[in-house]
Amino acid sequence: MGAVTAEMLPMAQVNAAAPAPGPARDERVLRTSPLRSVLTRPEIGAAFGTVAIWIYFAIVAGDSGFLRLGGTATYLEVGAELGILAVAVALLMIGGEFDLSIGSIIGASGMIMALLAVEYGWTLWLAALAALGFALVVGFINGAIVVRTGLPSFIVTLATLFIIRGAIIGTTRLITGRTNLGDVDETVGYDIARRIFATRFEISTDFFGMRSEVDTGSFPISILWWLGLAALATWVLLRTRFGNWIFGAGGSPQAARNVGVPVNRVKIILFMTTAFAAWLVAMIQVITFSGADVLRGQGQEFYAIIAVVIGGTLLTGGYGSAIGAVFGALIFGMVRQGIVFAGVDADWFQVFLGAMLLIAVLINRFVRGRATESRR
Amino acid sequence: MSQPATPSGTTSGPPLVEVRNVSKYFGSVVSLKDISMSVHAGEVMCLLGDNGAGKSTLIKIFAGVHPPSEGTMLVEGREVKFGSPRDALDAGIATVYQDLAMIPLMSVSRNFFLGSEPTKGFGPFRRFDMARADRTTRDELAKMGIHIRDTSQPVGTLSGGERQSVAIARAVHFGAKVLILDEPTAALGVKEAGVVLRYIAQARGRGLGVIFITHNVHHAYPVGDRFTLLNRGRSYGTFRKDEVSREEVVSMMAGGEELEQLGHELAEMAHQDREAGKEMADTGRQFAEEARAVRDEGDRG
Repeated sequence: MGAVTAEMLPMAQVNAAAPAPGPARDERVLRTSPLRSVLTRPEIGAAFGTVAIWIYFAIVAGDSGFLRLGGTATYLEVGAELGILAVAVALLMIGGEFDLSIGSIIGASGMIMALLAVEYGWTLWLAALAALGFALVVGFINGAIVVRTGLPSFIVTLATLFIIRGAIIGTTRLITGRTNLGDVDETVGYDIARRIFATRFEISTDFFGMRSEVDTGSFPISILWWLGLAALATWVLLRTRFGNWIFGAGGSPQAARNVGVPVNRVKIILFMTTAFAAWLVAMIQVITFSGADVLRGQGQEFYAIIAVVIGGTLLTGGYGSAIGAVFGALIFGMVRQGIVFAGVDADWFQVFLGAMLLIAVLINRFVRGRATESRR
Repeated sequence: MSQPATPSGTTSGPPLVEVRNVSKYFGSVVSLKDISMSVHAGEVMCLLGDNGAGKSTLIKIFAGVHPPSEGTMLVEGREVKFGSPRDALDAGIATVYQDLAMIPLMSVSRNFFLGSEPTKGFGPFRRFDMARADRTTRDELAKMGIHIRDTSQPVGTLSGGERQSVAIARAVHFGAKVLILDEPTAALGVKEAGVVLRYIAQARGRGLGVIFITHNVHHAYPVGDRFTLLNRGRSYGTFRKDEVSREEVVSMMAGGEELEQLGHELAEMAHQDREAGKEMADTGRQFAEEARAVRDEGDRG
């Protein structure tokens, strides 16, 4: 939060800030070092965790491909799709709410686009816009119900999770008789869509043809979407009024309302943001696989929450970071792919994930305790 | 002694804010009945009452949280109806709640500017001017004699008195004309309560009207100019400081029950009160003596 800014300012700034009476620095504090302000950031635990897990797999799976560009591309791709969701979910959770419906929004908005384009012959980008409209409306309804009724968002979005999943399965089967749809690549506008959502960049170490053993990896554009959204979310969170309102709405809605923050509007916008992220993931998947399936995105809502919590965001809201969610998703991707490279059966992935979540929560509690109490 | 007609003596003109014959019902519960109260510029109005007397309901009416069921509310002589806390803020009425003044996990300067963040840049690049927020927070706090170690530390690391003080400084900075303080000294140590009382006196010195809610007469009497006493949703009336002694205030609040045991303690404190008008420079000493008096009392009993 504010922690980094003030402390990272040069001394001149600090002196200018308190010219007149009293000392600019309190004698009770020896010195707040830049290191300390970095160590009090919410994402610090996840950053160390990311490095530790990378080192671990570099050792146990380094020679089976984890360290190669190809291996790196696979875990970044997994991390990107979850990360797009996690960044948006981080904002929402800092704002004090959950969204479990994103998993079914992924399946539904992808299928809506495919249906409109394949079955009804819409231009693909128009179909994509219609799907976006659907997602945003769902996000708005989630938010409106939560702020109007005061019910826990966990329950409200659990309900919409099932409603949307069931409705899209039923509708799709009524129209097509099946629950999946292909041939999206034959629709009008697919080429442009592919460039936006599914371009792959081949990166190779064979820059000058000098090395005997060439290492290549195919990196999807979703990684750029992920990092771009994370940068935008971080900027919003730390450098805009709206970001301050998110912290306020999550930290203490009543206190925020008392000073005039439009808490309800903030929360509804955050629900629409997570729905938008789910739509974006749906676009990437449908364009990449050239097909939609109503069951896409199952379980993603929980993985996103796990990534956010590993990233240092408090379950109770008011504290956290979007960068942390990036690390959380990266850890998710590295573990999921890393155990494959390490030759362990992928069945064991969930055990790893659950253990990681538990460890992350414990570490975060410890780090946060140090951050707030040590300066008392 | 019933109130609206009584001039405060410190100012002329209409009160900054006033309620007339206000009642508030929650279903069949009568929370407030026929209350009249006002505060002028440069005046501290103490709202006294035991738990459940209706103090909180009354300030929520001032703060725009609840509309009154009956009665009228006036700001500088004009009748108003607040639909939300924002309306009250826009009318210059700032309320500092006991528990909800600050958000513990947010930094001091983020808290200070929450809801009124300074910005720089235009259009999509308009952003929260953190440097200015930090600077202003530091300056405003220094003006009130509060030296926060570091404005980027979470408010949760401040003491209770510091939190209240920051909230008061914030209200003053954002141009509040009326400051409503809900139990700002409850749950504070003797020394910390003294610090908060000093800020209340300073806010009055800067021309604000202060409504100070408390159930502690010893905190109210030294800073208060007038006292309104509530009991079970009704008003005992409003009294100027020269019309009423601390003992009388206590007896009205306590209903005479604990007077015997309080008597000794009060006699000790009474002589200090005459000088209390000249601000709160010696609050600390008063509290020290009060504390000793209480201890002596305990020893005797």
